Order: sequence, then C-alpha cells, then structure tokens
Amino acid sequence: MSETILSVKNLNVQFITKRGIIKAVQDVSYSLEKGEAVGIVGESGCGKSVSVLSLLRLLPENLARIKSDEIRFCDTDLLHIANKDMQNIRGSKISIIFQDPMASLNPVLTIGRQLREPLIIHRMAKAKEANNKALELLRMVQIPDPEERMNNYPYEMSGGMRQRVMIAMSLICNPELLIADEPTTALDVTVQAQIIDLVKELRRRLGMSLIWISHDLGIIAGLVNRVLVMYAGTIVEEALVDDLFYTPRHPYTRALLASIPQAEGQLKRKLQPIRGSPPDLLNLPRGCLFAERCNYVKDVCRKEKPPIRRINDNHRCACWMDTTTSEVL
Amino acid sequence: MNDGQNIVEIRNLKKYFPVKHKLFAKQNCLVRAVDDISFTIKKGETLGLVGESGCGKSTTGRTIVRLYKPTAGSVLYDGIDLAKLSKKEMRIMRRNMQIIFQDPFSSLNPRMTVGNIISEPFVIHNMGTKKTCKEHVEALINKVGLKGDTYYRYPHEFSGGQCQRLVIARALALNPEFIVCDEPISALDVSIQAQIVNLLEGLQEELKLTYLFIAHDLSMVRYISNRVAVMYLGKIFELGESEEIYTHPLHPYTKGLLSSIPYPNPKVERTRTRHFPSGEIPSPTDPPSGCRYHPRCPIADKKCKSDQPELKSVGKQHWVACHLI
Repeated sequence: MSETILSVKNLNVQFITKRGIIKAVQDVSYSLEKGEAVGIVGESGCGKSVSVLSLLRLLPENLARIKSDEIRFCDTDLLHIANKDMQNIRGSKISIIFQDPMASLNPVLTIGRQLREPLIIHRMAKAKEANNKALELLRMVQIPDPEERMNNYPYEMSGGMRQRVMIAMSLICNPELLIADEPTTALDVTVQAQIIDLVKELRRRLGMSLIWISHDLGIIAGLVNRVLVMYAGTIVEEALVDDLFYTPRHPYTRALLASIPQAEGQLKRKLQPIRGSPPDLLNLPRGCLFAERCNYVKDVCRKEKPPIRRINDNHRCACWMDTTTSEVL
Repeated sequence: MNDGQNIVEIRNLKKYFPVKHKLFAKQNCLVRAVDDISFTIKKGETLGLVGESGCGKSTTGRTIVRLYKPTAGSVLYDGIDLAKLSKKEMRIMRRNMQIIFQDPFSSLNPRMTVGNIISEPFVIHNMGTKKTCKEHVEALINKVGLKGDTYYRYPHEFSGGQCQRLVIARALALNPEFIVCDEPISALDVSIQAQIVNLLEGLQEELKLTYLFIAHDLSMVRYISNRVAVMYLGKIFELGESEEIYTHPLHPYTKGLLSSIPYPNPKVERTRTRHFPSGEIPSPTDPPSGCRYHPRCPIADKKCKSDQPELKSVGKQHWVACHLI
C-alpha cells in the first residue's frame, strides 16, 4: 500500500492589495504519494506556484491570507506548526528549486559555502563532512571539476550550471519531497533537456517525490505520473499523465492541447486557439471561471460553479458537461 | 541571381559588437554575433530562424531591417543594397519592412493612446489627413481582431496578447511586404500563442506578406515556417524546407536540437531515445576553431577542429555546413 506524504485540503490563498483582494488559489485539494511525481500545469497567474509556496510559508505574511482545512506532510501538520519547526522542514525534508537560479544564489558567497549551508543550518554535518557531501553532490549533478567549482562564485557559471548547483543544494539534505517551480523556463532547450534528464536520473537513484510546476505540456508529458491542471486559481482536472493527454475531459485541458502544435504526426492540423484571456483575479465571474472561453458552455455554467467530480479513481474533473458526449451531467 | 522570387538576399553578412573586455586592454574584444552568413528569403514565404540564445538570430533579424549597420556584407532588398542607402532613403524603404519584438509592453509607449500609437507611422511618413488616418487606424484595429473602442484606450488596459495584436496592427500600417517577427510569441501564455500565430498566418494569406520568423520554440517554428534556418554561434548550420529539416535533419547540431524538444505526448516521450548536445554554447567572443560545434559534437574528427565547414547543397533545396555529411 502506498503512503501519502503530502495532503492538502481546501486550500485558499488570497492576496490583499490596494486594488482589492486577489483570490489566487481557491479550494485546491491534492495529495502526493511517496515516490510519485506530480506535475502542475497552467498559464501564468493560475495559482500553480502559489498553491505550493503557501505550504512552506514562503509567501509574504502581511499580504497573503492562507486558509486551509488541512496541510499535512508525512505526520506533520504544516498548517499549525511553529515557524521554527517549519524552518527545520524547509530545505531538509522539503526543498525547492526556482525558475531563476541567479536570483536564488547569493552572488557574494562561493558555491561551496552555499552548498554546505543547508547541512550546517540543519546541523546534519560538521564543516569537513559537509564539504565532502557538497563535492559528492556536485559530482552527482555532473558538474565538471567539482573541486575547482566549489571556490567559484555564481557569476562565473552559466545558467545551466547554476541550475545544476541549485539542484545539488536542494538535494544535499536528502529531502523526501522536491518542488521544482519552472526550473527550466529560463534555459535553452538543449540545456533544459539536460536538466530534465538529470532530474529523472536522480529520482530513479534517490526515490524522492517530486512536484514539477510548468506551463509546458511537453515537459510534463515526459516527467511525471500524474497531472493537475489549474485555471484561475482552481484545479479543473486531475488525471494520470496518459489519461490527461489521450482522454482529457475538461474543456480547458482539451483546448490547451488543441492550441499547441504536436511535434509529431498530424502536423498540418490547424492550431485552435482559446479565445479571450483568463479572468481578472480581482473580479472573478460567478459560475465556472472558464465559461467565457469555453466551447461547450451552457446556461448552468454561468450560474453556478461546477463541483469537482470523480470520473475514476485517478481522474477528477470540474465541469458541468460530459465533454465526450456534450451533455450536461 | 535575383529573379524577382527573392525579396531579401543576404550576402556574407557580418555583425560584430565591440566589448570592453579588460581594463587597460589595448584591443577591444569582438562579439561575433553574426559571422559571414548568406541566405535568401523568397517572396510570400515564412523563413524560420532557430537556435539557442546567443546564437545571433535576433541580431540577424535586426541587421536585415538595418536597426544595426552591418560590419561587412550586404542585405539586398528587392535588389537594393540597404547598407548603401542614406538615412532619408532608408526611411522610405522602411515602409516595406517592419519588425515585431518579443515584449509587446515595452514596444508600446504607455503614455500614448492606441490611436496615436498606430497612427504614428502615418505621421512620420506624412501620409493622409487626420480623418483618413483615423479611418485607417480603425480598419487596422479591426483587422487584428480588436474592438472599435480600442482607439482611445491606453496600452496598460490590454493583456499581453492584445498588446501584441496592437504591435502587429502598427507594423501593418504602411502596407509592408516583409515583416521580421523576433520571438513574437515567447512572452505570451500558451493559450494566447496560438491566437497570435493564427493571426499572423491569416494576415500573410490576405496581404501576401513575407515573414522572417525568429523563435526558440522549435515546434511552433515547424508549424508556421515553409523553410527553416538553424543558427549556431553566428553561423548558419543547416537550411532547408521545414518538413525536410524536421524529419531528416543532417547536421549533428540540428539533430541534437530537435532531440531536445519535449513532445506533448507521454507515450512518445517514454519510448524515444534522445541524443541532445552535452555542455553549453561557448562564448561568441572566442568561438572554437574550425567547426564551431566541434567541442559538443559527438562525431567530430580532426578536420572539424581545424577547418571551418562551408554551407553546401545536399539536394532538394537543403544546405548543410558539416564536413562529415
């Protein structure tokens, strides 16, 4: 029997701004099994990053209002633990890689110093031991001349190298869960392929769980077991990766897949764009948030928000319609 | 050479940028952004230009419309050498060629209304009266799929995709024949990208436009382009019909680049074997000797280290720069 390591129930995150309250995440529930890789896809501003960052209290406290019924990581209740205990979890049990490695690394400290830091902070090793571990990890992420690189500063490395350092740093305490927030978006396609390969290989070796946030369906297809599709702060569909790509149910997922070129086969199929643009999070419509752009829209969609329905054990979808038959459920 | 088929012809184009490398250094370093490339763009086609960041693809686009003056070589537009034109002549020439940039927000002046932005080309070129000008602008706004009340609004009131439509409307104002699209969709959300690509395709059909489409999204380039040129460190490595390049790539770099594209298809992703290039693109200030790809190339031999390969025809309108093909 597999073991759930992360479970989030009815997460709501709001940002208080001068212009009003932004409902960044609404009623999001998801869970993650041990060793599983889950992808979160969606457009910018759909709440994919916020729904994960809020778990680790990485959002500015004075602006973000987080409400949830449950946020549980293994046996720890992340919702109610003290800030100090949260510090013990961040970086050691759950670690995170961000999009821009330059902004995540301290420009005035050497790579070696920054790699050792998590071990020292979490009191997992003494200086010498930490140094050896740092070297071992630089080798693991395939950085050439690791001894030399330990004394380098971030500016002396390329974007791809820095992202490798970030991965090494995030893995140094043997985390159980690695969160990757669009780590390859700033990189070239060849370097992206290298980083994705590296993460796949490391997952095979270390067996950690993974949450990969991306807007690129191509990356998601090759990397994860299960996918959550988010739109305007809500989860609209959740499915195993094959089901999502071959039998998508939600009109948004379908439209998203129809709007990107397939790199293979059926090439001259015309792209079908999704009309309009996502709703303003300050001023969300009543009813289904996708209704304005949806090809299947019916009256009920504009009146009431669709509940998330179970299609089978691993497939959930929030839509009033059965898109396979075009009938209202 | 020019049989009226080619709208743009690029001959041995070079663009170097000086950079101050070291304090007290006698000579400035040169970034060889574009280093001796030649190709043609046919009337009515879309030529895709792809490559990793820093390969010189944007510099090529900007040098063609003479936003940069070429260091050497020439750009012939309808047989006229653009580098030899005076400023005044160039201004008239610019009516025929336009450029669209990646970031629509920084391409639009936030203090001008949409009406003023789109009518600026008419003002600059002294065309039409105020009244005909407004009619033209409204027709353009309609053409790119925006509503009529757009005229008096400001750019900040529009989303990224809508702003890119405004940029396209402005580019179309003077009825150009040729448009350089420099990563026009990279800054947009996935669901919006297809809108802009379809708009560009529709306009091309309607107005018989020619595009140079610069992008790093390889699957989108395959979709939109008739022919594709692959660039690496200022050189063109492979050039040919889009389908030919994507299905039968010959240059090891093209193969590597195509192998790096993630496909939105889980079964394909699980089964395919990928051979993407190791390492990263070297600095263009000090490109490798011989073939510039040899340090990353899996099949490089002695000759690749010493001799630079020339672009040579391998039949079916397909050119490759590699010693081993």
